[in-house]
Amino acid sequence: MELNGADILCRSLADEGVEYLFGYPGGAVLHIYDAIYKQDKFQHILVRHEQAATHAADGYARSTGKPGVVLVTSGPGATNAVTGIATAYMDSIPMVVITGQVPTSMIGNDAFQEVDSVGITRPCVKHNFLVKDVKDLAETVKKAFYIASTGRPGPVLIDIPKDVTAEKADYSYPEKVDIRSYNPVTKGHPKQIKRAVELMLEAKRPVLYTGGGVILDDASQYLVELAQKLNFPVTNTLMGLGAYPATERQFLGMLGMHGTYEANMSMHHTDVLIAIGARFDDRVTGNIEKFCPEARIIHVDVDPASISKNVSVDVPIVGTVGSVLQDMLKLLNEIEQPAEQKASLVEWWRQIDEWRAMDCLKFTQGDEVIKPQYVVQKLWEVTQGDAFVTSDVGQHQMFAAQYYKFDKPRRWINSGGLGTMGFGLPAAMGVQLAHPDATVACVTGEGSIQMNIQELSTCLQYALPIKVISLNNRYLGMVRQWQEFFYQSRYSMSYMDALPDFKALAESYGHVGMRIEKPGDVEGALLEAMKLKDRLVFMDFVTDQTENVYPMIPAGAGLNEMILV
Amino acid sequence: MRHIISILLENEAGALSRVAGLFSARGYNIESLTVAATEDPSLSRMTLVTRGSDQIVEQITKQLNKLIEVVKLIDLTEGEHIERELMLIKVVADSGESREEVKRLVDIFRGNVIDVTTTTYTIELTGPGDKLDAFIAALADVKILETVRSGVSGISRGEKSLHI
Repeated sequence: MELNGADILCRSLADEGVEYLFGYPGGAVLHIYDAIYKQDKFQHILVRHEQAATHAADGYARSTGKPGVVLVTSGPGATNAVTGIATAYMDSIPMVVITGQVPTSMIGNDAFQEVDSVGITRPCVKHNFLVKDVKDLAETVKKAFYIASTGRPGPVLIDIPKDVTAEKADYSYPEKVDIRSYNPVTKGHPKQIKRAVELMLEAKRPVLYTGGGVILDDASQYLVELAQKLNFPVTNTLMGLGAYPATERQFLGMLGMHGTYEANMSMHHTDVLIAIGARFDDRVTGNIEKFCPEARIIHVDVDPASISKNVSVDVPIVGTVGSVLQDMLKLLNEIEQPAEQKASLVEWWRQIDEWRAMDCLKFTQGDEVIKPQYVVQKLWEVTQGDAFVTSDVGQHQMFAAQYYKFDKPRRWINSGGLGTMGFGLPAAMGVQLAHPDATVACVTGEGSIQMNIQELSTCLQYALPIKVISLNNRYLGMVRQWQEFFYQSRYSMSYMDALPDFKALAESYGHVGMRIEKPGDVEGALLEAMKLKDRLVFMDFVTDQTENVYPMIPAGAGLNEMILV
Repeated sequence: MRHIISILLENEAGALSRVAGLFSARGYNIESLTVAATEDPSLSRMTLVTRGSDQIVEQITKQLNKLIEVVKLIDLTEGEHIERELMLIKVVADSGESREEVKRLVDIFRGNVIDVTTTTYTIELTGPGDKLDAFIAALADVKILETVRSGVSGISRGEKSLHI
């Protein structure tokens, strides 16, 4: 059947099973928008800024595991989308971004709304394509989804010149695609897995250090099985929270710069570190020279380039986390755990519990000023730990990670790698669309929320009942904290003067606004907000201005050199 | 350590800039880079010379392998290999004496004079990089007008080959 490029694109997306397309129209994509108008297979969500389209698609992807899909126009549409593309790239989120482009005859002429989208995005995509012939369009879409969602996932961009969307070609969507130069590894090497299992069984002070890879590969159940079979302690990275149930005894909490005392001390003293789907990020390792000085390291990752990039490891295993964990479990089911190890684990747990008894996340909530930690803790209680929580970037993000105990994967949605302020609200839109009946809370601050606050309008249009939990301390809190610690309290540009009345602002967007100033009102307000099941509620919590995030590992320090209070 | 990395990549627009972009984005250095289509027109062969510690070169090869257009690569310096570079060099040769001297040097280095004017010679010379360096040094007082070097091309010795 002969169709024009725009129809081919829409048919391809429908055949790929796309439910939602997040986008914003413009000149170069008008043919595509016309084709969208004429179809009913997927819904287009009109955002208010292209960055939000990418974050919304990202939130959809993180919470479902399916690629998020974005459509923006050429030039500024594409450049506005770059931040969201880079955000997804840093956290290995599957995403397909379609950008319009000026007609092929005008490429390179500095045409109106022309930008080299393929060139601009090259360093922050897994791959990108410029489609110059309508005959290649359907296959390119297929390739884009395949590349985005296999191996180490990531964003893939397809740049489509306007004339290509008007030209006609026969349409058939390829069943499968073969790319000779792209064959991602799945199974880990059996010999390496055997070596890893042997080393694990020799450990006296083991730690399972797991990251976003476990969540991306939907491998939580195998991690839980492995950890519980061996009685090994587990710590999760910021990206890995929820992979192991946070309320379970063997969970040590998050590790790294704002990780728990017990997690970081265990890392420092471990003799066998089992890193799974984690990438030894600098926010995790602290000073690399002082990292895990006594440990032999096993590292499981789907991306060979992640292995021995920052820290050289003893047993590298390249493979998908799920398949490697299953292979490990198979071997472990044939071997009895040595009695010797069981005995050393008793001693190891005694030590860990001693560290845990420091209760490093304790805080005191007085009667006057709301502590930000208290709000997150109450949010956890009120939602019974079962909400999807998105966040922006800064102190509130760390408080959310520390005090909301995630028991399930794909519930914690945040920009870990790039640290993108403005991520939280649009990401929550994607999550809420994917899970219409779930509670979706966006934990944010008065700084971050203003970076994409225009999306309150999108939320109204699509009736997205997100609960915005703004921890408003009238400071760019994390910047202020670093200035207090490392710049002798010279608060350069970290103070937010002239804030809007957020309650009135939310109301003017047609939502429910609340301003909460007293600790005694926190729980009641949250309960009331949760009752408003079909409304977006913007909760402006006026919090302690000078609260800091603890524990903290200062730059250059080792994991055992935390500042506790 | 100096490494010569040989890469087979899809002969597509943008593939070269992906490789070059990777090096600049990650702060790796490129000493030389040559690329051209192979006997299979869908493939290009690239020879890339870089310097770095073992750990960095391992990262370089891993990151290159991650590029979708990279079909296959080897680090030639891990085994026996041959490297060659082509140089075109234009020198002043305007007196009988200097013309004689340059011609003699060209013969010693087994090069060819490929273009002649009354005042210049253009010389073609092939060999490993250090031979080309040695030729330039040997020219001593001869005035060089232009030097064009192709960058290194390399291939494994023996039966080993990089193909798909």
